[in-house]
Amino acid sequence: MGYSKDQLLARLKELQIEFSQYEHPVVLTVEAQAKYVGNLGGALSKNLFLKDKKHRYYVVSALADTKVDLKVLSQRLGLGKGGLRMAPEEALGEILQVPLGCVTPFAVVNESARHVSLLLDQGFKNQECCFFHPLANDMSISLNAHGLDKILKSIGRNPSYIDLEANPPVGKDQPPDLAAYVPSDSPVLPDLPEKAPSSQDSTGDSVGAATKTAAFTAKAVKPSGNAKNVKEKSADSARPSIPAADAGKFVEELLDRASALLLSEISEDSIKQHGGQLGAEVANNVKKYLREDLKNLATIFKNTAYTEGFYAGTRCQPKRL
Amino acid sequence: MEKTEDKNQQPEEEQVVNPWEVSAKDGGKIDYDKLIDKFGCQRLDQSFVDRVQRLTSRPPHVFLRRGVFFAHRDFNDILDAYERGEKFYLYTGRGPSSEALHLGHLIPFMFTKYLQDAFKVPLVIQLTDDEKCMWKNLSVEESQRLARENAKDIIACGFDISKTFIFSDFDYVGGAFYKNMVKVAKCVTYNKVVGIFGFTGEDHIGKVSFPPVQAVPSFPSSFPHLFSGKDNLRCLIPCAIDQDPYFRMTRDVAPRIGYHKPALIESLFFPALQGENGKMSASDPNSAIYVTDSAKDIKYKVNKHAFTGGQESIEKHRQYGANLEVDIPIKYLNFFLEDDAELEHIKKEYGAGRMLTGEVKKRLSEVLTELVERHRRARAAVTDEMVDAFMAVRPLPNMFD
Repeated sequence: MGYSKDQLLARLKELQIEFSQYEHPVVLTVEAQAKYVGNLGGALSKNLFLKDKKHRYYVVSALADTKVDLKVLSQRLGLGKGGLRMAPEEALGEILQVPLGCVTPFAVVNESARHVSLLLDQGFKNQECCFFHPLANDMSISLNAHGLDKILKSIGRNPSYIDLEANPPVGKDQPPDLAAYVPSDSPVLPDLPEKAPSSQDSTGDSVGAATKTAAFTAKAVKPSGNAKNVKEKSADSARPSIPAADAGKFVEELLDRASALLLSEISEDSIKQHGGQLGAEVANNVKKYLREDLKNLATIFKNTAYTEGFYAGTRCQPKRL
Repeated sequence: MEKTEDKNQQPEEEQVVNPWEVSAKDGGKIDYDKLIDKFGCQRLDQSFVDRVQRLTSRPPHVFLRRGVFFAHRDFNDILDAYERGEKFYLYTGRGPSSEALHLGHLIPFMFTKYLQDAFKVPLVIQLTDDEKCMWKNLSVEESQRLARENAKDIIACGFDISKTFIFSDFDYVGGAFYKNMVKVAKCVTYNKVVGIFGFTGEDHIGKVSFPPVQAVPSFPSSFPHLFSGKDNLRCLIPCAIDQDPYFRMTRDVAPRIGYHKPALIESLFFPALQGENGKMSASDPNSAIYVTDSAKDIKYKVNKHAFTGGQESIEKHRQYGANLEVDIPIKYLNFFLEDDAELEHIKKEYGAGRMLTGEVKKRLSEVLTELVERHRRARAAVTDEMVDAFMAVRPLPNMFD
């Protein structure tokens, strides 16, 4: 079950975040909300729940006056011109676990929304306070950007604010400036913390920077020094089918390929065709077709093992005399 | 003295080929014979291919068999020395201007990997992040970041870490490398570099002083941690032919500072999906096949955007056959379909009109998908630590094994 309004309010109080709360009849739009809390001094927010073609989700939270152009945003994220759409209603309940008309940055406290990317309007920073729905549309709470940051940080999100109205050129020499905000394709495993993407993450290649865990089980923490985040991905999409410097897995992979090829080579037809010579024929073919493939696998294995050794070497303590 | 291309005296209709611009005459095809003539390099003929096969005891790479690497300078000297038991080292590089790598970018690396395996020689790979920072106006941090990202795709091509040193200019320039840069720079006048590269009074001094950076990896003394004491070691540079100007300049300077001239082995340009006249550009995703494309993307791009030489209707096609000269799927298969017999068969049937474009495209999609898949899997195994290891200034004791 998702976080409830009360749980959220309790959390805010726990973290000693200053906020004011206002109850009102259920509202579904910014205009309706404005009727009740519009002249209380805080700025109203508009919140969009968006989806791209690869089923990745985004919450865009902006000042009500900020112009948000979905086409521009889509390009800045590197999704092309028409990459962003409003997410379907079902997704609101399933992923954000909020009712219709209640999209809010707080929704990312829910487990189900761990991989939803959050884009915050830098305009929030200049406001004394802003209004958001606290996971329910019959209330609005106002807090300042600092408070918003605090609660987001407490759930492991790194809040960053962007200029939503900017329209920088995106092209051959100007990579999309918001590319780091595109979530990784697959949902994050629930027991691993997901940090918001840093500005250094690579974009389109979904298997790019993720560290493969098989060989590096001893290294639970990435060495500091560069701010890259490690994103653990779900088993099938990111764990490579090639084993890391694990000799057992490596040999299994080689044997799998060899036996797959053997099975395909030996059929009724090939038995009829070659008879007693089938052995020699198959042996030849196995060598011919597998040679390059296996060499490549072996090179990857070698490189991985070398890297492990190299890494260990750079952290080796000098011999005690 | 070798012929140098004097850009300032080029009449308008000529084709333009230099490190920053490649365009054919009147939007037509690049005339490679004219290029070889103008640049003064040599054609790589079948006798070379046979000799390589003999010396390495393995089938020559598909790019050699199909004439993708078609020109050279002093490759025969390298082979002569190799036969005498004298090794050499390989030098290639990439200008990391974008994260999106397409198949055309991989070609020199695929060939270099083959050379490394076949001849059992070490390799240095230069990432010219400084060049891209200057020419593409990227920030220093961004160009360094792109260099590291590109390094991952390069590593995924299968280089042996015990024989390969990857370096970025921002990290490595200095020490012995810089000393060689100054030696080279002293030998090239401003007028000469303007003549070769076409710089103008408006170009900033970073550009004008860049060429030595790309020249000096050709000299073993630039890498004291690798080749100390081996000042006589020769260098072979596999690259696309548009890089020739840098190395013409280098070859001119080398004897004057007491070094061997580097040898070159040069490739054709990889055509855009839309045809020889099209331009591959990172901002038009449909102009090329990217290493991050899915099987679906590849199928779509090949089906919808590849320029074909097939006739407009099936009847016409059966009658006249396909125009293999302009057909992109055939050209791509020429690069990537390993099996010579199968390629010949396809060319024959398609050229005669018995095979339809759809079938050729289907085969191409299969071949490309397999290639991209293999690359992606290899890329997935490359970690930041592996990049650090490849880029560490470390000795390579087994580099000739």
